[in-house]
Amino acid sequence: MSNVLRIILQRLALGLLTLFVVSVVIFAAVNLLPGDFAQVILGQGATPQAVESIRRDLGLDQPVVLRYFDWLGGALTGDLGTSFAQANFASFVGEGAARGTTVMQQIAPRFANTMFLAGVTALIAVPFAVGLGILAALYRNTAFDKGANVFALTSISSPEFFLAYVLILFLAVLNPILPSLSNIYAGMGLGERLERTLLPALTLTLVVTAHMMRMTRAAIINLLASPYIEMARLKGMSPMRVIVKHALPNALAPIINVIAINLAYLITGVVVVEVVFVYPGIGQLFVDSVKIRDIPVVQACCLIFAAAYILLNLVADILSILSNPRLRHPK
Amino acid sequence: MTEPLLKIRGLTLEGLSDETWTQIVNGVDLDLHRGEVLGLIGESGAGKSTIGLAAMGFTRDGVRISGGSVEFDGIDLVNARMGVKRDLLGKRIAYVAQSAAASFNPAHKLIDQHTEAPVEHGVMNEKESQEDAMRLYERLRLPNPEEIGFRYPHQVSGGQLQRAMTAMAMSCRPDLIIFDEPTTALDVTTQIEVLAAIRDIVEQFGTAAIYITHDLAVVAQMADRIKVLFRGDEVEEAATRTMLDSPQEDYTRSLWAVRSFERPEKPAPAAGAVPVISVDAIDAFYGDVQVLRGVSFDIHEGRTVAVVGESGSGKSTAARCITGLLPPRSGVIRLDGEELPLDYRKRSKEQLRQIQMIYQMADTALNPRKTIGEIIGRPVEFYRGLKGAKRRDRVAQLLHEIELPPGEYIDRLPSELSGGQKQRIGIARALAAEPKFIICDEVTSALDQLVAEGILRLLARLQDERKLSYMFITHDLATVRAISDEVVVMKDGEVVEQGPKREMFSPPHHPYTDLLLSSVPEMDPDWLTNLLEERGRDNIGDAAVNKMA
Repeated sequence: MSNVLRIILQRLALGLLTLFVVSVVIFAAVNLLPGDFAQVILGQGATPQAVESIRRDLGLDQPVVLRYFDWLGGALTGDLGTSFAQANFASFVGEGAARGTTVMQQIAPRFANTMFLAGVTALIAVPFAVGLGILAALYRNTAFDKGANVFALTSISSPEFFLAYVLILFLAVLNPILPSLSNIYAGMGLGERLERTLLPALTLTLVVTAHMMRMTRAAIINLLASPYIEMARLKGMSPMRVIVKHALPNALAPIINVIAINLAYLITGVVVVEVVFVYPGIGQLFVDSVKIRDIPVVQACCLIFAAAYILLNLVADILSILSNPRLRHPK
Repeated sequence: MTEPLLKIRGLTLEGLSDETWTQIVNGVDLDLHRGEVLGLIGESGAGKSTIGLAAMGFTRDGVRISGGSVEFDGIDLVNARMGVKRDLLGKRIAYVAQSAAASFNPAHKLIDQHTEAPVEHGVMNEKESQEDAMRLYERLRLPNPEEIGFRYPHQVSGGQLQRAMTAMAMSCRPDLIIFDEPTTALDVTTQIEVLAAIRDIVEQFGTAAIYITHDLAVVAQMADRIKVLFRGDEVEEAATRTMLDSPQEDYTRSLWAVRSFERPEKPAPAAGAVPVISVDAIDAFYGDVQVLRGVSFDIHEGRTVAVVGESGSGKSTAARCITGLLPPRSGVIRLDGEELPLDYRKRSKEQLRQIQMIYQMADTALNPRKTIGEIIGRPVEFYRGLKGAKRRDRVAQLLHEIELPPGEYIDRLPSELSGGQKQRIGIARALAAEPKFIICDEVTSALDQLVAEGILRLLARLQDERKLSYMFITHDLATVRAISDEVVVMKDGEVVEQGPKREMFSPPHHPYTDLLLSSVPEMDPDWLTNLLEERGRDNIGDAAVNKMA
């Protein structure tokens, strides 16, 4: 067991290192963006003096390296800084920059919403996709298999907004079962929240199913020529049992990895769906902040996205390791 | 006479190759009575495994039953519905596969795989089956029968796994078990304990069995009757003793005669002669694990040194050290008396040229996308600098030397060649460098006996013509007897004995050499019985090896 523990600790350390490198990249990239918050916010009235004064207020006149470590130090202690837009607004009404809403306060509810949507989607999509993959492997090369493939590939090939509108058409307009708008807010009951989240979750399910289903199918079929699968058949086991009990446990590693990548996508890449359903997630906040060059918010979002990717891949790695009995039970 | 348990009539099977169905078994009849053991013997491609599986009403992908009947206890298995067959499989007909390591599911404990069939078929409940498993493990003389089932397959040795698989086949007390080469992948010392265990348990429960193998000496110990197959046809069938004493057919006699090839041992090298390869006290490690301990041996010009030992004894590792692929941590390797850099990357092209290698699996050692001309042409160009027409001429000459007509083979791909032909290409590729020394790593183990003999004769001829030196790694003592001048016996990374062949095959031996030699099955059907009486049940296989440690 110490063996597995060592590998896990190694991966964890590696994950932290990756996160650090990513933070450098994010900071550099964001600072290389053309345009400047002061100029964007002032628009026509951007006199050199006014620009200079805003830049000084926000600390933008400091050297980049200094600003990076300032930001990193803050981020490590849970302080992601103050949104430029909020700080600027605060200074207009005569208060200090420190009184503005912090990035943390701005992001937290949005992030919670995103996680809620991702969670609901995952609960629907993962069992659905893996189950479909298992059935496709079981009935491989039959009409069912081909149908499932066509369905999955069609959904992944269609633009997300199109899928969203199709679902709205069928489930909200023609058969008004679900609300077409998903404007959830704090204090809403769980039932109502779920109801409003269902349509975007279904849309995203269609988007992420193909990958997971096809990997499940391929990973299982890949093993069907193994001698131990033949052995299971020769023991008179039913085809379903052969696949679920004998093939699936050995096919877990690649499936887990594809699931992780898709879950990460659910956290970081769903802005289009959020816009269509007016869902107050982190994606919309991110795009809005990029538009007005609100650097602290953009950086914080990027960091969260990166952390989500790294964390999910880390978990996938660890689960893959644990799915291998050779590592769980050394000689 | 009572109706046989298994009755096969006119069975024909077809295999899919190049998208056309071709017949691979041409109408075979077979009767098997309760409690009887039938040996199916033949070379690869004879159709023995295919027939064995068809006897269970099962075909692999790309194979189909095209005619004839298979009747098990009155049930027609060819036309039975899947559900009917599934009720029989595992419960009344069981299978023991060639490689237990590959046929046990790596994700589940042995005992869970053991109890699966009894529980799913409703023969026993989980707990009864577990207790029964422990009794069977004990009966099959597995160590710690109470505990061993709770291990995963990778935690158990090959010989033990093969016995656990036999126990698994017994789990529902079937009427018939198909043993498909159950000891082919095992070392000789391990093979004995598995053979003894299988024979014992089959006798005890009166189970009928089909025992498939290509090893005559093995089948002689196990079977009541032997059926010889050749390319999908039955050659002959007779009771074991009759078959061994007076085979009727030429083909059968040729199988019996294969072991006759033996070249005379060459005179000892002159005193003071400098060996071509000298390995001097090398220690090698995989990570922190020491795999070679002070290994030393010399190989003189024009001579063959056979390195024997069981899997894990360090034979192939020693070869990797000589080639420089695995630089030893200490020790010296000399070529013609001159010290070689231990890492191949530091050796000169000339030094690299002198040491070539031929591999066990010609299938994987040849690039499937290159033609034979390209495969052999590459070392011709790399070491000899020949290009264009000169290169092609040289390749043709090499093909001629390995007895393949160049015009026919030079533009073919490896997949268009038979196993023996592929191995010949491997030899030609090694010859292309015009080396002094060739390492042959189990080059005949994957081949049928007749084909293997052809390869051995070719290697012997080339050695005589070119004064080549061979390091011949093998676990097969018959091969050692056939071609070697000197023998090095290895065990656990050390050389336990070495000397001229004549001395090695005549007593007194080192006890380990003795164990190895006496573990090789002989044609005598009473060999196993006598050996067990002589040595005692507790003095074979792993137990005997461990006693020596």
